[in-house]
Amino acid sequence: MTYKWDFSFLWNYRHVLAEGLLNTVYLSLTVLACGLVLGAVLAAARISRFATLRAVGSVYVELFRNVPALVLLFWFFYTIPVLTGIQNGRFLTAAVAFSLYSGAYFCEILRGGIQSIDRGQWEASIALGMTFRTVFGSIILPQAIRRTLPALTNEAIEVFKISAVAATIAYPDALYQAKLISDTEYRPVEVYTVIAVLLTAIILVLSGLSYALEYKFSKSN
Amino acid sequence: MSMIAARNIHKSFQSQDVLKGVDLDIGKGETVVLLGASGSGKSTLLRCLNFLEMPTSGEVCLDGKRVGTPDAGGRMRYSETELCQLRQRVGMVFQQFNLFPHLTVEWNVMIAQRKVLGRSEAQARERARYYLEKVGLAEKINEYPARLSGGQQQRVAIARSLAMEPDVMLFDEATSALDPELVGEVLQTMKNLSGEGMTMLIVTHELGFAYNVAHRIVFLHEGTIIEEGTPDEILVHPKSERTKAFLRGHTVFRLPQPEETA
Ligand SMILES: Nc1ncnc2c1ncn2[C@@H]1O[C@H](COP(=O)(O)OP(=O)(O)OP(=O)(O)O)[C@@H](O)[C@H]1O
Ligand SMILES: [Mg+2]
Repeated sequence: MTYKWDFSFLWNYRHVLAEGLLNTVYLSLTVLACGLVLGAVLAAARISRFATLRAVGSVYVELFRNVPALVLLFWFFYTIPVLTGIQNGRFLTAAVAFSLYSGAYFCEILRGGIQSIDRGQWEASIALGMTFRTVFGSIILPQAIRRTLPALTNEAIEVFKISAVAATIAYPDALYQAKLISDTEYRPVEVYTVIAVLLTAIILVLSGLSYALEYKFSKSN
Repeated sequence: MSMIAARNIHKSFQSQDVLKGVDLDIGKGETVVLLGASGSGKSTLLRCLNFLEMPTSGEVCLDGKRVGTPDAGGRMRYSETELCQLRQRVGMVFQQFNLFPHLTVEWNVMIAQRKVLGRSEAQARERARYYLEKVGLAEKINEYPARLSGGQQQRVAIARSLAMEPDVMLFDEATSALDPELVGEVLQTMKNLSGEGMTMLIVTHELGFAYNVAHRIVFLHEGTIIEEGTPDEILVHPKSERTKAFLRGHTVFRLPQPEETA
């Protein structure tokens, strides 16, 4: 087999590709931020002294961790309009579905970190007059994040990769733009190769940032 | 009038009665040492005074004011706000230091001032430096706790409590986790504090320190105070057989002369 590679035509599509990559980054960062906040709140619920909150937290996790991301996305995209008559945008739909999904994972990672922290940290903080909120937010969570950084990074990378699923509802991310170009030019090999390389490069930057953060944190340990 | 008082405190864990009606009054500026065998309930008593444990029954009074309000059935109820306010005024130092490892020494002392007292960053920093200087650690402000010796960590923990400007300080075996050569610097810090008129309740096995620094010694046995008095009365002329037995267990104890530094 002698396939003749030719990337030159892609130059004409550089703006289309750039837009797709930007949309991917935009969606992923939004999901990352929302998922982390949601995960932290859920983790707080799961360690709460109130049984109701703990139950809400675990039901949530079991629900959203076990539904495939694609099913969740389709469910929000196709059933919400039927049930409520409201058709949300593709970005909003994908952002909500993936945030809910990744929130469950972030919650479990953070909860593991939180529970590994010595009881003495809670006691010293409470003895200083801090409320649960302050202890959690200023003392426990920052330490839990440091401890679970490798696992959090894994999940962040997962978020980037899952964001490509949004192409299935025609959110114009990198994959969707690639498909547009490929359908026009009939050259899927070059297009998907370039997209794969570019997405991997972005994720490598992300892991690089994570290692830098890990190094910075290591100085306090 | 007493600065802090326990009135008929009972505490049980499941079926085990750990405190069986403890009454204790500590006057303003008084240094009281609490002695007792392992498992006698010393830590539990301290932890009831700042509500890290909820007493099963009985009352705690701070500066003449009772903490909590009894409900219709006579059980004490405590609001979150009330307990946080009480804890601001009752500092506690732990055997394991419990410094915040992710914060610098300075921020360890600043964080509660910022988050609990709402002090400005500048003011909190100024207070932190003042108290770190007081415990002799001014040059360590930018270090992380992991880089300090045990004795230094414990002194930071003391500064962290002092920065809240509490009315009472509780020490639960503050030197028990330290290498012998580091015990002195922490005891010296506590002694200075006592000399400045801080109201303190101290659990310690350092009997020499107790002899030199305590105004009063209280002996706890199986959840009850069975003897109390001046250091001389308790350590040199104990009346109770329990106290005598306890002191015999501390064979290394010898009375230091008052001019020896504790
Ligand atoms: N959270 C808890 N749950 C169950 N039992 C407890 C708890 N805390 C303390 N106890 C029990 O209460 C008793 C008194 O414990 P406490 O820690 O107050 O003793 P102590 O006098 O401080 O002893 P030590 O000198 O060893 O520190 C012990 O029998 C202990 O097992
Ligand atoms: Mg104890």
